[in-house]
Amino acid sequence: MDKLMLLGDEAIARGGMDAGMSGIYAYPGTPSTEIMEYVQNNFSAAAGNIFCQWSANEKTAFEAALGMSYTGKRSMACMKHVGLNVAADPFMNAAITGVNGGFLLVVADDPSMHSSQNEQDSRYYGKFAMIPVLEPINQQEAYDMVFYGFELSEKYKLPVMIRITTRLAHSRSAVMPAAQLKQNVTGLPSDPVQFVLLPGIARRRYRGLLDVQKELVTESANSPWNNFTDGSDKSAGIIACGLAYNYLIEAYRGKQPTNPVLKIGQYPLPEDLVGKITGTCERVLVLEEGYPIVEEMLRGFPVTSAKISGRMDGTLPRDGELNPDIVAGALGMPFEKGPAIPSIVKNRPPSFCAGCGHIDMFNALLQSIDGYGPGRVFSDIGCYTLGALEPYNAINTCVDMGASITMAKGAADAGLHPSVCVIGDSTFTHSGMTGLLDAVNDRSAITVLIGDNSTTGMTGGQKSSATGRIEDICAGIGVDPDHIKVINPLKKHHDENVKIINRELEYRGVSVVIARRECIQVAMRRKKEEKSR
Amino acid sequence: MQTDIIIAGVGGQGILSIAACIGMAALKSNLHLKQSEVHGMSQRGGAVQSNMRISDRMILSDLIPQGSANLIMSVEPMEALRYLPWLSADGWIVTNTTPVKNIKDYPDISGIMTELRSVRNNVIIDADSIARRTGSLRTSNMVMLGAASPYTGIEYSLLEDAVRDIFKRKGEDVVELNLKALKAGKDYFNNKQ
Ligand SMILES: Cc1ncc(C[n+]2csc(CCOP(=O)(O)OP(=O)(O)O)c2C)c(N)n1
Repeated sequence: MDKLMLLGDEAIARGGMDAGMSGIYAYPGTPSTEIMEYVQNNFSAAAGNIFCQWSANEKTAFEAALGMSYTGKRSMACMKHVGLNVAADPFMNAAITGVNGGFLLVVADDPSMHSSQNEQDSRYYGKFAMIPVLEPINQQEAYDMVFYGFELSEKYKLPVMIRITTRLAHSRSAVMPAAQLKQNVTGLPSDPVQFVLLPGIARRRYRGLLDVQKELVTESANSPWNNFTDGSDKSAGIIACGLAYNYLIEAYRGKQPTNPVLKIGQYPLPEDLVGKITGTCERVLVLEEGYPIVEEMLRGFPVTSAKISGRMDGTLPRDGELNPDIVAGALGMPFEKGPAIPSIVKNRPPSFCAGCGHIDMFNALLQSIDGYGPGRVFSDIGCYTLGALEPYNAINTCVDMGASITMAKGAADAGLHPSVCVIGDSTFTHSGMTGLLDAVNDRSAITVLIGDNSTTGMTGGQKSSATGRIEDICAGIGVDPDHIKVINPLKKHHDENVKIINRELEYRGVSVVIARRECIQVAMRRKKEEKSR
Repeated sequence: MQTDIIIAGVGGQGILSIAACIGMAALKSNLHLKQSEVHGMSQRGGAVQSNMRISDRMILSDLIPQGSANLIMSVEPMEALRYLPWLSADGWIVTNTTPVKNIKDYPDISGIMTELRSVRNNVIIDADSIARRTGSLRTSNMVMLGAASPYTGIEYSLLEDAVRDIFKRKGEDVVELNLKALKAGKDYFNNKQ
């Protein structure tokens, strides 16, 4: 078999395709998007039929994957870290119901917030739900862990999480594929009430989950992903989780340190292996890509233990992703820097693409709202969030997907008028629709401006759930059809668009203005494809 | 043997096609490779880079430590300077001269050139003009790759093979155009020597 050059994301996708996965469910989100995209683009009938369509949001994706597992098939749900907040309810409960066919949750964290609102560490969720978590350090491990994870999931009938971070998700390296497995045949769960979480059943199942914890620790102790390498220098021992291990070896210029090292790639933490470090070394350095979750566990109370160092005592920065320089610095063996960045170099933040419809939408909104005073535009997450930057300064909030409509509603309920929100079409169907229902039910005076570029733009142009049906959805939810307007955000329609938005701003009820123009990136791609056909 | 390369540019300039060519050639040479890319928000006109690590030994870190890059190849002049802390003492900067001015405070280009020329090992090349002359501005990336090819540690003919492989699906004309651009970049380097 030939080696494949794969991103970490793609290695997981390929692993799924080769390990007998029957379906993958996901909502796009950097840095997880390329998992689903790889399956969609490299789908071959040889692997058997694999369901691979985007879901409306992470919760629906997780639940659909769980439903597929219910039938005995192997399934995967993929999302970015904050997506797991959206799917947290089914996630926590799936640990109690357990699964039937192998179930993998792949979560891609984004330390340093390259493309995210926060840098939460999904390993806490794994611990919270008390399920196994796997953390690969390279593309080959990512691929192999899919096979291993499905097996582990079927052995314990539990969901298993694979946690990756941006650097692995978006780094390419060679992967040697394994022989392809056949998909599972369907077969209902052997326990017919397993998935019925009535209190009586839930209590029994929860105790089962508690009982199995010891075995999960033993699995970790014997795991191929957790390796203890002894060393002669016991003045310090090193526990390196996930990618931190790579930076450790880089700091030692490719050699094994002379200190004892424990590489962690599977949780719950293997107590015995950890004991080999904490029990024999004078000091323990904990290196983790993400929050100091292992460090916190080792410190216990009081948290001031001088024996342990890591992110919590300033040996490493408390926030942000690790890199070879930070780790080498913490080890006291820094790399020699090149020349400093000359002061002439300016920052280059992301910006709207030239010709983007969102630009014309914001220009129209800014003129419409001029005179009402500042601080009235609630917004959301997508390309249109760039409206927060110069020269627009057009939006006042960006919290989580869907929050624009609901926050505008709350502000309107408090008397702010006009109360406007700007939301993208994909964000609207992800989690804006339910908030709109609240506003309609309560007759809250808000104006919802939907920047409808008919795609999920920020993540690279994936299918948007309700393209062409946004007006119908708004009307179905109960917005008065007289107050559902569609405008074409183009310079030549500017005056007309300002008038339309103005009228709706004055209206004391729920109004929706849909600014519809195809994303120019998607339009260019479409035209290129049409030409080559 | 180990070569650490930072490829720099602005989101949308297509630095990943350069990375893909080097990557494919490295794989053909049976070398180990790590190629870290930027996807997501910064692709919208922000600063982007790719860390490429090629070695005959296993490489663990996807990221290049500071002071270690043998080559910074940039398709935009200011972006070349952004990664100077990663340049090794005897490393090379190979940069295009055409600025992308998508920010309000883009600095004076002559100031940027002065900084670039003060880097000990620099190749400053008007890849856009050369690309236009060889046939298409769109192949400017390949001119850059050609000009930087002697510092990649990879045999030139393998880069040619990679260009053929990568552009194959776009037709023979596109392959030829890109090969010509690659050669033009290489010739520029040779003439400078
Ligand atoms: C819970 C959650 N899931 C996914 C994301 C990633 N994400 C950010 S913006 C975006 C797409 C927004 O698309 P749309 O609303 O259509 O706006 P556009 O970018 O097209 O303007 C996604 C998927 C996120 N930030 N949070």
